[in-house]
Amino acid sequence: MTGAGTGAHQAQGLAIETRALTKKFGSQTAVNGIHLRVPRGAVFGFLGPNGSGKTTSIRMLLGLTQASSGSISVLGQSMPTRLSEVLPRVGALVEGPAFYPFLSGAANLRRLDTADPFAPRRTRRARVQGALERVGLSHAAEKKVHAYSLGMKQRLGIANALLLPRELLVLDEPTNGLDPQGTREVRSLVRSLAAEGTTVFVSSHLLAEVEQMCTHAAVMSVGSLVAQGTLAALRQVGETRVHLRTPDAAGALRVLTRLGLEPARATNDAADAVVVAPLGDTNWQPEAIVTALVAGGVRIRGFAIEEPSLEERFVALTGEGFDVAQ
Amino acid sequence: MSPSETRPPETEGGPHVRHGGSWDLLGSEISVLFRRRRTWAMLVAVALIPILLAVAVRLSSSTLDPGEGPPFLDRVTQNGLFVGFTAMVVAIPLFLPLTIGVVAGDTIAGEAGLGTLRYLLVAPAGRVRLLLVKYAGAALFCLVATLTLTVSGALVGAALFPVGPVTLLSGDTISVTESLLRSLLVAAYVTVSLLGLAMIGLFISTLTDVPVGAMAATIVVSVIAQILDVIPQLDWLHPWLFSHYWLGFADLLRQPLDLGSFAHNAILQAGYLAVFGALAYSRFVTKDILS
Repeated sequence: MTGAGTGAHQAQGLAIETRALTKKFGSQTAVNGIHLRVPRGAVFGFLGPNGSGKTTSIRMLLGLTQASSGSISVLGQSMPTRLSEVLPRVGALVEGPAFYPFLSGAANLRRLDTADPFAPRRTRRARVQGALERVGLSHAAEKKVHAYSLGMKQRLGIANALLLPRELLVLDEPTNGLDPQGTREVRSLVRSLAAEGTTVFVSSHLLAEVEQMCTHAAVMSVGSLVAQGTLAALRQVGETRVHLRTPDAAGALRVLTRLGLEPARATNDAADAVVVAPLGDTNWQPEAIVTALVAGGVRIRGFAIEEPSLEERFVALTGEGFDVAQ
Repeated sequence: MSPSETRPPETEGGPHVRHGGSWDLLGSEISVLFRRRRTWAMLVAVALIPILLAVAVRLSSSTLDPGEGPPFLDRVTQNGLFVGFTAMVVAIPLFLPLTIGVVAGDTIAGEAGLGTLRYLLVAPAGRVRLLLVKYAGAALFCLVATLTLTVSGALVGAALFPVGPVTLLSGDTISVTESLLRSLLVAAYVTVSLLGLAMIGLFISTLTDVPVGAMAATIVVSVIAQILDVIPQLDWLHPWLFSHYWLGFADLLRQPLDLGSFAHNAILQAGYLAVFGALAYSRFVTKDILS
């Protein structure tokens, strides 16, 4: 699934590229030789269960920890050797927000802004205000952070990443602790940033989240990258299916078979059966299938074309259940 | 720092160049340090030392024989300007190192404990720049703490006792103005004395993500140095201990002014800055930030 193209000239089009990136803590391998390729302009979902090496990878991308082996290039420059030139172009939320509890939200942002040597002092107040507005925290700007809820801290963390226009945003679990309203706001914020041309690299253990906002995704499992590509390409491994509810199961099976599909009954309830059939590479339009069913005397109670779900793929790749990867 | 041709597209902020940000970060560091209640609590406690001392002497009816109690204490009743010197002698062995331990131990470990260290570093603050700024903040605190003690001592001394020309240890007498200048010189001496400990604290602070541990370790180091300094069998070691000249400011109270011990002390502290600065640097630039 690493079909994003090869060759050195392609590196121009990559916001993040890692080669055989590995991180070992003692005898334990947290990240095992990953080849990450994040195209510029993408909203890239970095998926994986808790403990699969996502945050460790992000820490290496941002120069917080040193790779045990392998190389990293961010925005076309080698990391961490060119860190001081790369990081001003990158906004980041790493492993949850962290702030000085005794300072107000705005004072915290000003403090972190002074740490960036490229951040102009002249525009600092205005930029802080703008970033707070963008995440809906203007009303709490002068409140001390220890009085913030987790969701507010999360928003403040995102605001910190937006203090300057960035070419790349790295957001580690950005919707953690947010209510559904806040989650929607983050999604639309990410979309608007992507529309402005910012590459967004979002890590998440929530598949639905990635499915709703990303164009590309990679899946981590136990320190290894097990899949990577556009969402469409990742989905293609699954299949589009016809999902039909009908009291005439036998007739439905007959009609669908005649259309060249391979239908199967999903339930045995004769009065209200569910029939599913993979669409395969047949090019039947949904309305044509319905027309054929009705012409064949099949009564339809429900009809749907089910897109392959990324979830099936995700579960297949990373396993099910609550086991935290060791 | 070579300019890069791949700078981000420019916005209203003008050309994308450095904005003298080091001074901004230093200003921010100082403002964060002095906005903490903890810092103010320590400075108030420092200011209370000469006040308690002066009040106790004023209220007590018994007079001290010369040489009894801490140095200079017997002179306080004759001249209020000695309150500051006495308080300095009392504060140097434990209380001032304690406050320095808290501030210096908190420098890096405190940021790591809050999690803000990773955000400063991805900003990017730059690891060397952050160390320098953190040390500058701790050094400034050393100066502010000793000045607080000096000023508080002068004020309470003037309020409770007669003030007049000061008789120095050498027997000469200097004017009130000159004695105030000598007080500032003593404050400078004590500030310099504490710089080595502050750098040790900075180094210890790079070793851990637990600020309380770094603070305690720094204070313990200062206590151990002073214990070693009174063991006669280790007299070869004494001139190398950062605490060895801590009480040596009496030379500044002689006429003519003898700056020899000031210079000795400064050279010793510079040695500690170099060694522990290098250790802090080598530790911090390669450290995996996992906090």
